Amino acid sequence: MKRNSIGKLRRGAPTGAGAGSTGVTAAPTQPEAASLACGQGRKWDASAPSAYSIVVIGASLGGTKAISSLLSALPGHFPLPLAIVLHRGVDSDATLRHLFQSHSTLPVLEAEDKMPVAAGHVYLAPANYHLLIGKTGFSLSTEAPVASARPAIDVLFESASATYGSKTLGVLLTGASTDGALGAAKIRERGGIVVVQDPATAECPVMPQAAIGAAAASVILPLDAISGVLDELSQRQHRG
Amino acid sequence: MNDPSRLEETEVYLLLEGIYRQYGFDFRNYALASLRRRIWSVVRDEKLNTISALQEKVLHDPSCLERFLLALSVHVSAMFRDPDFFRAFRAKAVPLLRTYPYIRIWLAGCSTGEEVYSMAILLQEEGLYERCRIYASDMNEAVLRAAKAGIYPMHLMRSYTANYIKAGGARSFSEYYTAAYDNALMRPALLEQVVFCQHNLATDESFNEFNAILCRNVMIYFDKTLQERVHHLFYNSLVNFGLLGLGDKESLHLTTYEHNYEQLADEEKLYRKIA
Repeated sequence: MKRNSIGKLRRGAPTGAGAGSTGVTAAPTQPEAASLACGQGRKWDASAPSAYSIVVIGASLGGTKAISSLLSALPGHFPLPLAIVLHRGVDSDATLRHLFQSHSTLPVLEAEDKMPVAAGHVYLAPANYHLLIGKTGFSLSTEAPVASARPAIDVLFESASATYGSKTLGVLLTGASTDGALGAAKIRERGGIVVVQDPATAECPVMPQAAIGAAAASVILPLDAISGVLDELSQRQHRG
Repeated sequence: MNDPSRLEETEVYLLLEGIYRQYGFDFRNYALASLRRRIWSVVRDEKLNTISALQEKVLHDPSCLERFLLALSVHVSAMFRDPDFFRAFRAKAVPLLRTYPYIRIWLAGCSTGEEVYSMAILLQEEGLYERCRIYASDMNEAVLRAAKAGIYPMHLMRSYTANYIKAGGARSFSEYYTAAYDNALMRPALLEQVVFCQHNLATDESFNEFNAILCRNVMIYFDKTLQERVHHLFYNSLVNFGLLGLGDKESLHLTTYEHNYEQLADEEKLYRKIA
């Protein structure tokens, strides 16, 4: 079965239960299925509000490579802000930011406290801080590590879902930790969408598997299909 | 429809307003994103289900308020956190402080005291400590007691030692504490020039004039309005050419006081008041 096409995904996501039968979707909730299926044939109206406001990305072991590849495949006109938590050492410096910048045409910044969230910018959680998103911008925290991690993916995902609700797009990639599963579940619970990397294509399948096991995945996709789906979802318009 | 985000926001608002009216502690301008996490963790610890339930308990049970205050005032820190900052402080701030006959330093939001001991050690090694008075403040008495006691888990000492060395420490870090079973007891002499005081950055005014103020990773828990208030307070509490140290991801350039300071070290959030 071909797994990397959004067309498949749509056909595999009818309204209602049993939608997981294609192996691509992970039992979407009803509004989720409707949202994933509504894009076909709709015209983009630049004046209409977007269905999504933010992309939050989490990764751990193998994440440097996976994020680099995801960023390099995103178009330069990508309209949403992206916030990234990659588990990293407490002493790590600006090298990571430079590396991601070399793969992206979007500006890549290390988030500072109260930095505003700007469209088409990539924000990286700094080493040794949790990164959170609030209504007026980013907030940092030195609270205890969550799931042994600081920055923790759960913290970013949870804050994004609380701030943006159903306008949150989560992406969970490769990793050797269970961080992210709870936060991803929270995003889904509040009506957002979570794209989880197909564990078979992950350098380390533990993290995507944990999220899938926790029923926190809306869609499961191979790494090379994720940026295409993000691009398409980012152009969806808010209905209602 | 009962939008969960909106409902939560309403509950948080009512809780904070209630605490302020009843007890005078003002968390209304804390950064909602991180505050929300802490509130929920208290809700769970109190074995409650909603923020509204916590509101009722906190208003009727002052011991619950104590636990709430503690949860909101513990900032997880480390000795010589961000060693590069302390290295820069030695190189750039110490020579300036040497020019004063008497040096007053305010450590605002000192929490459980890691930074107090780090600063005392640094000043002692630089031969300045006798001339200094360190004012270590926090809004919470319980964390101030912990800071005064100076007892830290032994297993943290290895990473503190590594930080100390990276921060330019020239001795053996173990000279500064006594091992007692699973704990390290900091040398009481390190507190000789330290005054601990209860002070709430959200509501209290200045209490002295300082040559240096360090407030690192405290204001990240505040919203921009409260950050402005605190910057105003610090600006008015510093002598001319006084020094200000912030956390490494806190930015002065997003505040109205940006042009009142110059940065002393390129990569570090160490500033000098110039106007």
